[in-house]
Amino acid sequence: MSAGTYTPRPGAAPLPRMIAAQAALETRMLLRNGEQLLLTVVIPALLLVLFSAVDIIDTGAGEPVDFLAPGVLALAVMSTAFTGQAIATGFERRYGVLKRLGASPLPRWGLMAAKTLSVLVTEVLQVALLTVIAFALGWAPEGNPLAVLLLLLLGTVAFSGLGLLMAGTLKAEATLAAANLVFLLLLVGGGVIVPLDRFPDAAQSVLGLLPISALSDGLRDVLQHGTAMPWADAAVLAVWAVLGLGAAARFFRWE
Amino acid sequence: MAALRAGPRPGRREGSEELGEPGAPDPSPASLDLPAMSSEPVVQARGLVKRYGTRTAVDGLDLEVAAGAVTAVLGPNGAGKTTTVETCEGYRRPDEGTVRVLGLDPVADAAALRPRIGVMLQSGGVYSGARADEMLRHMAKLHAHPLDVGALVERLGLGSCGRTTYRRLSGGQQQRLALAMAVVGRPELVFLDEPTAGLDPQARRSTWDLIRELRTDGVSVVLTTHFMDEAEALADDVAVIDAGRVIAQGSPEQLCRGGAENTLRFTGRPGLDLGSLLKALPDGSQADELTTGAYRIAGQIDPELLATVTSWCAQHGVMPEGIAVERHTLEDVFLELTGKELRA
Ligand SMILES: Nc1ncnc2c1ncn2[C@@H]1O[C@H](COP(=O)(O)OP(=O)(O)OP(=O)(O)O)[C@@H](O)[C@H]1O
Ligand SMILES: [Mg+2]
Repeated sequence: MSAGTYTPRPGAAPLPRMIAAQAALETRMLLRNGEQLLLTVVIPALLLVLFSAVDIIDTGAGEPVDFLAPGVLALAVMSTAFTGQAIATGFERRYGVLKRLGASPLPRWGLMAAKTLSVLVTEVLQVALLTVIAFALGWAPEGNPLAVLLLLLLGTVAFSGLGLLMAGTLKAEATLAAANLVFLLLLVGGGVIVPLDRFPDAAQSVLGLLPISALSDGLRDVLQHGTAMPWADAAVLAVWAVLGLGAAARFFRWE
Repeated sequence: MAALRAGPRPGRREGSEELGEPGAPDPSPASLDLPAMSSEPVVQARGLVKRYGTRTAVDGLDLEVAAGAVTAVLGPNGAGKTTTVETCEGYRRPDEGTVRVLGLDPVADAAALRPRIGVMLQSGGVYSGARADEMLRHMAKLHAHPLDVGALVERLGLGSCGRTTYRRLSGGQQQRLALAMAVVGRPELVFLDEPTAGLDPQARRSTWDLIRELRTDGVSVVLTTHFMDEAEALADDVAVIDAGRVIAQGSPEQLCRGGAENTLRFTGRPGLDLGSLLKALPDGSQADELTTGAYRIAGQIDPELLATVTSWCAQHGVMPEGIAVERHTLEDVFLELTGKELRA
């Protein structure tokens, strides 16, 4: 390279361009990662197909797919916003990526905005794919799409807060183990494929307060039963969102 | 003539033979001999203290870095190099003292400072699933006037990495990528934390060349290292740090010359009359026959002394074989200042 190549000419790129670039990179990293794809795409899709086709679980009255599709949409949100984001961010922290980006012109809130954007982009892809599969299986959704959108957004915020809290406080390996374990437990005990009323009464009242239960139950109220807006479930998600994001903002460590 | 400086005062001192007393008044703060020193220092740390719990990593450190120069922070493992540099980069808040980088407070003015500096961490900093050119292109997008990424990739020999992701790159390739990331945004000042650790000799040379090109183009460089040959070869200014303090600062020549004596060695006939030789040499010189026929002269070895020794030999019919002047290295200086080996 010729003389003058490195002559200083510092400057930050415009903020929207930085955030867009960061979100695009984060999304590429996610889509390139095999384990993440398994978690975010393959498992929800398989569960939807398998349990709709094979009558293993009693999903109550009506078509199984009408029960399963809202639950699997909730699962998709959890897998991306919580499990996937926690694991990825945990390792980014461990490998100094968050630290290095901290010295770049991109502000920290810009990095967080980009991560959120990347989660939303992934969710759009997931929802599109799962919706197509569900329709192919004979899904007949009801209700107001805006209510669905609001629930999905609330769920995303709640799960993101919890995922970032975990990634920013635990060691990367611990996050990996814990995020997968939580995913599994909430998959079983959060009304995703197993209706909550299969559990004992005492357990039901506790499980019902989990963010995954609130999201799957809320989505089901709208999509299966045509409820205008399940305010109780939305309120539970909002509380989780405030708690999760608050704790993450307070305790997140960048290195 | 010696300019070896010890103690906490930044800036170079001329005209003092011995190590300065800590806190002694600087006799000639204006007699700075690097042209670039005429402008404002790009880094100014005063009384910097940084503790991790009860361990004091940086203990009252004073450092001044000249604009447009390559400054090496040299010290053994755990000396506090990374802590110092990362405090300048705004990662850590000083427990005591002040740090100014490009005139800014690295923590309070972080938003203004970050676009102007380039950072190479001691390790890591890249998505494990990202390819070298992809990560570099990304860093370029965060800046307004980045370098040409393709040319930089070629310049650093990263072109062969192709589609390999970061976690599968060799240690040296990872290191060069981190270096590229530090310079791609065309910063005024770069901090390189051990830029050549783990590089093969060829890659090391090429990194040195790049650092020299940066300086030529007006970029100020702060690098840490525990290789004295690196500091000697590259740096205009060296800050030797040990146990969280700057124990000496100056150009490599100044450090190696000041306070430290050089030696002259030769072999000849056994049993030379060293008393007669010493009479011909300046006061304070020393002459020994180390083993039979192996002689060592210690003192201020200059061309005159060398001429004196050889003409004395000629008068005495001695052929001084293998005559060699040994220069003091930074390693010797470090040993002298701390009583420790630099690379224990
Ligand atoms: N995050 C940390 N927590 C606790 N102690 C730390 C931390 N970082 C560094 N230290 C300690 O502070 C001291 C200085 O460390 P530092 O990393 O600054 O040294 P260094 O000169 O960069 O060493 P090296 O040549 O090994 O990179 C060491 O004793 C180290 O153990
Ligand atoms: Mg270090």
